[in-house]
Amino acid sequence: MNINWFKYSSPQTFYPLAGRMIPWFAWAASIFAVIGLYISFFIAPTDFQQGEAYRIIFVHVPAAWMSMFIYMVMAGWAALGLSLNARLPAMMAQALAPTGAIFTLLALVTGSFWGKPMWGAWWVWDARLTSELILLFLYLGFIALQSSIDDPRKADKAGALLALVGVVNVPIIYFSVKWWNTLHQGSTISMGAAPKMVTTMLLGMLLMALAFWMYTIAVALMRVRCIMLERERASDWVKEQALSVGGNT
Amino acid sequence: MNRAWVTIFKRDILLALRRRSDVATTLFFFLIVASLFPLGIGPEPAVLSSIAPGVLWVAALLAGMLSLTRMFASDFSDGSLEQMLIAPQPLPMLVIAKVLAHWIVCGLPVVLLAPMIGLQYALPNDALLVLVLSLLLGTPALSLIGAIGAALTLGVRGSGLLIALLVLPLYIPVLIFGAGAVAASQHGMSPEAHLSLLAAFSLLSLVLAPFATAAALRISVE
Repeated sequence: MNINWFKYSSPQTFYPLAGRMIPWFAWAASIFAVIGLYISFFIAPTDFQQGEAYRIIFVHVPAAWMSMFIYMVMAGWAALGLSLNARLPAMMAQALAPTGAIFTLLALVTGSFWGKPMWGAWWVWDARLTSELILLFLYLGFIALQSSIDDPRKADKAGALLALVGVVNVPIIYFSVKWWNTLHQGSTISMGAAPKMVTTMLLGMLLMALAFWMYTIAVALMRVRCIMLERERASDWVKEQALSVGGNT
Repeated sequence: MNRAWVTIFKRDILLALRRRSDVATTLFFFLIVASLFPLGIGPEPAVLSSIAPGVLWVAALLAGMLSLTRMFASDFSDGSLEQMLIAPQPLPMLVIAKVLAHWIVCGLPVVLLAPMIGLQYALPNDALLVLVLSLLLGTPALSLIGAIGAALTLGVRGSGLLIALLVLPLYIPVLIFGAGAVAASQHGMSPEAHLSLLAAFSLLSLVLAPFATAAALRISVE
């Protein structure tokens, strides 16, 4: 079978495909979120140590997972864009960055909501928290660099290089922060020592992670469509697109 | 290859010596930032010596970062950077020459000045020695990683602030191990582990950062 792998690598062909895919992922995100939230609030048992307040982890943990995962995916797109000198992967990287930053922020905020009743403090210089904060800085640096370079192709490449440098540094930063913390003081609470999770809790968490994942794809596709229109505004296919939309209304 | 390398190195040192105020600014910035902390916190020697490793390292980090924007800026504006890009010699090697010159001009003076400020912070002698050693091992990594940021922000609006946003998160491991080494020797522990990790980080950035910087220069200049 002869498949043309590059058929959807041009914005012109990817734009309508992305448009067709968005509703599927958006619906999947909503369905997973409804089931996941139902399980996390009504089915998952109350934790005998942490009470009801632990339920924030159903948002917190998936958000933290996604924040790290999106950075890896973003760097993957960036590497692809840089090595193939292609437009679409760079646009995907640009489209993913804000969502990743939002999930990082969400993980930090929900983490402090959880930390107040559990640790008695909104913020603790725990290794995990600190590296999550640094991840937010990395996202912000990527977004700031891309938005301050006017030429989009140059912004793509510079951003891609920064994302790759960040990816090399993320494990180094993570372990150095971990050692820093253990050298200063023992970890206040370690996830490893937490009691084993009930299956329904795990299920709720996984469903919420799936919901966040689908949401990320849907939102990134919406954003990449905007970026495509903006960058290719001088091309014929965008004009046709604009005319066809105009004709419908 | 060697000749081009030595020429660029010598030229950068010479240019810096002709504009001595640039070097002095970095040094005075380091001095002033380090002197502000006792004014804000209070003169107790016990408190000062406990915060000294972190404060001195952060001050060194910021001072090094201030001078980063100058690393390629003048070469970029007068066109000699383009000559380096099209030169037959491998660009990462030329980048190393420039980074080394930058470190000798901006990093080394800070390393030499640091023990004097350490005295103001009531650091004991062996901790002063570790401070110098840690700065000596760690500041090359700062210049090498900073070069990536300097190359990426070349000719960009507001590059001075942007470079801080890009580079400071990447500096965190150096800060942790550098300040950690001094703190360890203050607490009577061996700073060897921290210093080894610091040296390892510097060597790793010596291997990887020049390639990233070269790629960034090509992107910025194209």
